[in-house]
Amino acid sequence: MTSEDLRIAAAPRWQPPALPAERQTWTRPPAAVWLPVLLITIAMALPPVYLLLRSADASAEAWRLLLRPRTAEIALRSLSLAAAVTLASVALAVPLAWLTVRTDLPYRRVWGVLTALPLVIPSYVGGFLIISALGPKGLLQGVLQGPLGVDRLPSIYGLPGAALTLVLLSYPYVLLTVRGVMGGLNPAYEETARSLGLGPWAVMRRVTLPQLRPAVVSGGLLVGLYTLSDFGAVSLLRYETFTWAIYQQYQTSFDRSTAALLSAALVLAAILILVSEAWTRGRMAYHESAGARRPLRPVGLGRWKWPAILFTGAVVTASLMLPAWVLGYWLVRGLHAGVAMGSIWTAAFNSVSISALAAAAAAVCSLPVAVLVVRYPGIFAKVAERMSYVGYALPGIVVALALVFFGANYARPIYQTAWLLLLAYVVMFLPAALGASRASLLRVGPRLEEAARSLGHGPLRTFLNVTAPLMLPGVLSGAALVFLLTMKELPATLILGPLDFKTLSTQVWSASSEAFFAQAAVPALLLILLSAVPLGYLMLRDRARF
Amino acid sequence: MIPPVVECIRAAKSFGPTRAVEDVSFAVGPGEVVGFLGSSGSGKTTLLRLIAGFETVSAGEVRIADKVVSSPYDHVPSERRNVGVVFQEYALFPHLTVAENVEFGLGKLSRHERRRRSGRVLEMVRLDGMGRRYPHQLSGGEQQRVALARTLAPRPVTILLDEPFSNLDASMKSEMRREVCEILKESGATAVFVTHDREEAFAMADRVAVLQSGRLEQIDSPSALYHSPATPLVAKATGACDFLPGRIRGGRAVTDFGSLAVAACSGGLREGTEVDVLIRADDLQLAPDPSAAAVVTSREFRGDEVLLAVRTPSGATVHCRRHHYSTLECETRVRLFPVRSEPFVAFPRRPGA
Repeated sequence: MTSEDLRIAAAPRWQPPALPAERQTWTRPPAAVWLPVLLITIAMALPPVYLLLRSADASAEAWRLLLRPRTAEIALRSLSLAAAVTLASVALAVPLAWLTVRTDLPYRRVWGVLTALPLVIPSYVGGFLIISALGPKGLLQGVLQGPLGVDRLPSIYGLPGAALTLVLLSYPYVLLTVRGVMGGLNPAYEETARSLGLGPWAVMRRVTLPQLRPAVVSGGLLVGLYTLSDFGAVSLLRYETFTWAIYQQYQTSFDRSTAALLSAALVLAAILILVSEAWTRGRMAYHESAGARRPLRPVGLGRWKWPAILFTGAVVTASLMLPAWVLGYWLVRGLHAGVAMGSIWTAAFNSVSISALAAAAAAVCSLPVAVLVVRYPGIFAKVAERMSYVGYALPGIVVALALVFFGANYARPIYQTAWLLLLAYVVMFLPAALGASRASLLRVGPRLEEAARSLGHGPLRTFLNVTAPLMLPGVLSGAALVFLLTMKELPATLILGPLDFKTLSTQVWSASSEAFFAQAAVPALLLILLSAVPLGYLMLRDRARF
Repeated sequence: MIPPVVECIRAAKSFGPTRAVEDVSFAVGPGEVVGFLGSSGSGKTTLLRLIAGFETVSAGEVRIADKVVSSPYDHVPSERRNVGVVFQEYALFPHLTVAENVEFGLGKLSRHERRRRSGRVLEMVRLDGMGRRYPHQLSGGEQQRVALARTLAPRPVTILLDEPFSNLDASMKSEMRREVCEILKESGATAVFVTHDREEAFAMADRVAVLQSGRLEQIDSPSALYHSPATPLVAKATGACDFLPGRIRGGRAVTDFGSLAVAACSGGLREGTEVDVLIRADDLQLAPDPSAAAVVTSREFRGDEVLLAVRTPSGATVHCRRHHYSTLECETRVRLFPVRSEPFVAFPRRPGA
C-alpha cells in the first residue's frame, strides 16, 4: 500500500451536503389523514401482535417441539439457502446490469427486457419446471436414458434444486435495482478518477462499484427476504425450511402454537437480515448529484463481446428459454390428454378479480400513509411507516396464520371468506404500493401544493386538483406491482382461501405437488401471461419517463 | 392615513430550538415594493412564508390589509389570505397548460370571465398565444412569466416573490428583473420579494429590509442603507467596505491619516470612544508620497478600474478605487485623504471585537 492509498483510506468518508430541512407546511395532520392511517396501522399490527400473544402462552409441549435440534437444522437450512441464493443472484445480476446498461453489447435493450422477465415466473412454477425437467423420470433423464442408458440422475431435491430455482427467478430483483442506479450514475466521477490516473479496472473497483453498493445491498435484501419467505419452491423441492415446516405443522397438528413459535423464529431471521441491511446502509454515504448530467458513454467491449453475449445468453436460456420450452412441452401433453378447462377459467377469474381488488385496496390504503409520511413527518408518521413495512419482514405464511387466528376468534363473519384473504394481501403488499405512492408524492414538491393554496384552493381541492393527478401514474404502477404479487401469491391463498376458492396459483401447486405436470402447465401459463400484463405496463411507463 | 397592506408586529418563528425569525416589525404600504436582503439562513424566506400563511408565527402577529391573519392564537390559511406567491422554482402545475395554470386561481369567476382574465394577464406578461403549451415546453424566463401571470390573475392584495430570479442565468436575470419591475408597477401591485443579491434588491425595491440571523437589522431606501447604515452588518450587506479604527476627539474621528468628520450615529458618540469608521472604496483618494506611512499591498486590475489595497500604519487595510490607467504599483508609499462629501459613518467599537 502506498502512502497515497493510506491517505485516501484515512480520509473521512465523503458526506452529502446537508439538505435544507423540509419545511413543514401544516404541522398537524387532519383527521382525514390520521384516522385511516390509524386503522391501517392497527391492521398491520395484527400479525406481530398474534405472534407475541401465541408465543407468550404457547404450551410446554410446543416449546419442547421448538427446542428440538430439528429447529436449529431448519434455521440453518433457511439461512444457508437465503445466503446462497442472495450471493449467486448478486454474482449474476451485477455483471448483467453492467453489460445491459453501460456497454455496447449488441441488442442490449432486448437483453435488458429478457433478463428482467423471469420475475413473472412464480417460484412454485419454477419448482415444477425444474422437477419435471431434471427430476427422476424428468425430461433430461428421458433424453439421456435412450442412447446412454442413464437411469439415475443426481437428485434435484433439497438444497441444489431449491437454490437453483430461486436464483434463476430472483436475480432480477438485484438486476433491476442495480440497473436503476447504474443508469443514473454521474459520469463525472468516473471521468475524474480516470483523469487522476486510474485505469478502467481500478475505476470499476474504486469508483463504480462503491457507488452501486447501496443498490446491490438493497437488491440482495429483497432476494434474501424473498428466499426466506418462499414457500412454493422449497415445498415442491422438499427442502425443509421454516415456511414448509410451519405449513406442515399447521396442517398436521391441532396445537397451533408450535407453528406460531416457528413463525416467530422465522420472523426473527427476517429481522436479522433487515437489521444487517440497515446497519450497512447506516454507514454508507448516499448522494444525489446536482446539476445536469450528460448521458453515459457506452463502454466498448472489444474482444470481450462474444464472451459477454455468451454469458447473457446462457442466463436468459437457463432462466427463460428452458422454462418456456419445458412449459410448452407439458402444455402440449396436457392439451392432448384433455385437461378440464372449465375449472381453469374459474380459477383464472378468481385470480384476476381478487388480485385487482387487492391492487386497488393496497393503492387506496397507501395514499393516507404516504401523505402522512411525506407531509407530516413526526413520531406518528414514523411508527405508521415502520408498521406498513411489516409486510416486508413477515413471510406470507406467517401473515396467513395470524389472520386465521384473528378471523376464527374475532372476525367470524369474514372468516373463510375472500375478504379475509383480501386483508392478508393488503397487509403483505402494502409496502409495494406505499413505496410507489411515497416516491410519487415526493416528486410532487410541497411548493406546488402551496401554490394551489395561495391561489385560493383549500386542502381537499388542492389534493384532488394538484396532488392526486400528479401522483396517479406512480400510484398506478404501485397497484400494478401489487396485482402481480397477488397473482403469484401461494401460501396465504392456500391457508386463507375459502374451501371452494381455486386460483391459478393453488391449481398449479396442487397439480404439481402430485406430479401431474401436464395439468399444472395450463394454469401456470395463464398465470404467467396474466401477470405479464401489469409488468408490461410498468416497463412501458419506465420507458415513457425517460 | 392609509393602513399598510402587509404588516408584521414583533413576528417570531422557531423551528424546534432554531429561531428562524425573531422580533421582526415592519409595514409595507400600498403599491410599495419591498425587498428582503440576507444571506441563506437569515430568515428571509421564513418571513415571506409567514406572510403567505405557509407557516404559523410563534409570537407576534402578521396583518394583511389591516386584518390579523397570523398570531399564536389564530391562523388564517393561505387560501383565505388573497396573497399571491411566486416561488423560486416557479411551481407551475406540470399537468396543466399555461392557460389552465393561470386560470387555476380564478375558480369563482365564470368560464368566460376566466378566459378573458387569463388572456389579459398573459398579454401583460407578453405570453399571448402560449396558453396551450405545457410548462415543460417553455424556457426558464417564460416559466417565470407564467408564474407571475398566475399570481397576478386573481388580483391579490400583495405579491410575494421568493428569490424570483435565482433560477435564471446571468444574462436573462437583468432583463427579467426589468420586465418584472415594469409588470409590477403596471399592475400597481404591492410586492415583497426575497433575495440574497444586493444589486437585485437595490434595483427593484423601493425599500430594502436587511435581515441577519432572523433579525431585521434595518429597513430603508437603498441609498439610505448604503450611505448611512445603522450597523456594521448592514454596511457589509450593502456593499464592499473596510473599517478604519479611530477615536472620537472633538466630534471628529481621529485615524491614521488625520481626523474625519463623522455623522452622529444613534446614541451619539462620546468623547474618547473607540470607533470603526466605515470606508467605501471611493471615499478615499491617494497620492504617491515616499515619506508617507501607508503602503499599497495589492493591486487588482478590473477593466473599468483598478482596486488598490492600502495598509495603514496601524495595520488596517482599506481599499481604494483608481482610474484604470493608474500605474501605481505594489509597495508604493502613498498618502491618503478623504474625498467623501458627507460626514463619515462611525460605529462604536464593541469591547473585545
